[in-house]
Amino acid sequence: MNSGDTAWVLISSALVMLMTPGLAFFYGGMVRKKNVLSILMQCFIVLCLLSVQWVLYGYSISFAPGDGFWGGFKWAGLAGVGLEPYADYSATIPHQAFMIFQAMFAIITPALILGAFAERMKFSAFLAFILLWVTFVYGPVCHWVWGMGGWLRKLGALDFAGGTVVHINAGIAALATAIAIGRRKNLDKNVPTPHNMPFVVLGTALLWFGWFGFNAGSALAANGLAVNAFVVTNTAAAAAGLSWAFIEWIKNGKPTVLGAASGAVAGLVAITPAAGFVSVIPAIFIGLLVSLFCFIFVSRVKTKFAYDDSLDAFGVHCVGGVWGALATGLFASKAVNPAGADGLFFGNPQQFLVQIAAVAVTLVYSFAVSMVIYKIVDSVMGVRVGEKEEAMGLDLTQHHERAYTILE
Amino acid sequence: MKLVIAIIQPDKLEEVKDELYRSEINLITVSEVLGHGRQKGVTEFYRGAKETGNLLRKIRLEIAVNDTFLEPAIKAIVTGAKTGETGDGKIFVLDMKECVRIRTEERGSTAIG
Repeated sequence: MNSGDTAWVLISSALVMLMTPGLAFFYGGMVRKKNVLSILMQCFIVLCLLSVQWVLYGYSISFAPGDGFWGGFKWAGLAGVGLEPYADYSATIPHQAFMIFQAMFAIITPALILGAFAERMKFSAFLAFILLWVTFVYGPVCHWVWGMGGWLRKLGALDFAGGTVVHINAGIAALATAIAIGRRKNLDKNVPTPHNMPFVVLGTALLWFGWFGFNAGSALAANGLAVNAFVVTNTAAAAAGLSWAFIEWIKNGKPTVLGAASGAVAGLVAITPAAGFVSVIPAIFIGLLVSLFCFIFVSRVKTKFAYDDSLDAFGVHCVGGVWGALATGLFASKAVNPAGADGLFFGNPQQFLVQIAAVAVTLVYSFAVSMVIYKIVDSVMGVRVGEKEEAMGLDLTQHHERAYTILE
Repeated sequence: MKLVIAIIQPDKLEEVKDELYRSEINLITVSEVLGHGRQKGVTEFYRGAKETGNLLRKIRLEIAVNDTFLEPAIKAIVTGAKTGETGDGKIFVLDMKECVRIRTEERGSTAIG
């Protein structure tokens, strides 16, 4: 056991934990005043719910060495998951350190989805949907890519910190739920505007900070690979922030703070699968281009197809994740990580095809099962709030709470 | 008795208050409102969406005056708020039926001052 590695993984776990409240403010600032608490509550409750679910059975179904598709319940209640290292995952840190690090990923992934159905989902239906989703979508996909014996892992798919497992997965689930739940009322007359842009920026800053744990922590060691991940993460985020700002400057006449912040987040998403496989110059390309792709999806494609992905969970996380996964297939280099693979630009086009396969499978599976889960929850308890409640706002109707006092 | 409602540019509030104090008018209520007249707004962009609501921040003053103070009040507000550009604002004068000082329960003209 290595104390440097253990310390780094514990700190990284804490950093990733901070990303969930960070996300809460990133999203919270973007919704109308009357709905901000519903966003904060959904994120906070996911933190609580998933923390417990993970130790009860979540870790087991994702990481226990079951078959290619499902980990099984061998490690339910963390039975057999002790403080000695489990060499197949990380030989130098306690097994529970790996487990708690992974817990934070399982927590933030469902939280990402809520951007799609913001401002109109019942809290009870939200809890049911999330619990079923992490059991039947996140659990399996995580196992396929990262679990021992996972079939995508065996295929050689490269996903350093969760481009597929987290972002494509949550992002396409977001699209499914946005389509299923329908557009918010009166969207054309009443363009909803962010009620607190400073929160959005604060949230972005916390996400960027936490993402160092997300990506660099995924090296599971305090070593050169972690440093590589740290450096490319920062660089890609920065390049993407610049890129989005400039795209807006050219297209809309002025760069906005929302654009720069969105760009940075998109860059962080895109570099996530690549962080332990690419070097810094490819990271710049990955960052510069992700903003272009996401911008097109967020402004053109969303308007054209008229789905109300309220906070662009699909447009940023799915699109950014897909680009990141494919870019990994292009720019990966064994010079950066001998345990990885070379990508297309380093003489190995096969890797690019493997990445496409992993992306395609995740898109199809997550979309389909998320849609099924949504329909089941809808038939049992109804997912969307009524028109009057939507107009009054979720804070008052779902939580009997007001975020900002009017008088005192 | 009259109720004077004035809509002015937010950055003119301090000058208007100074002019009113100079005319011995010290009782005033101020609120923040949104509005526009013929002044064009600013288009806001939020990712893909264009918001062209056009409503701009304004300050609303409410001042109750006895009839003799009506013209001084109007002059003070105009002096403080006028720039000569569109967007300077408007003053509305309403007939006021009654005025009550809550502390002493006085009514009418004595309650205004």
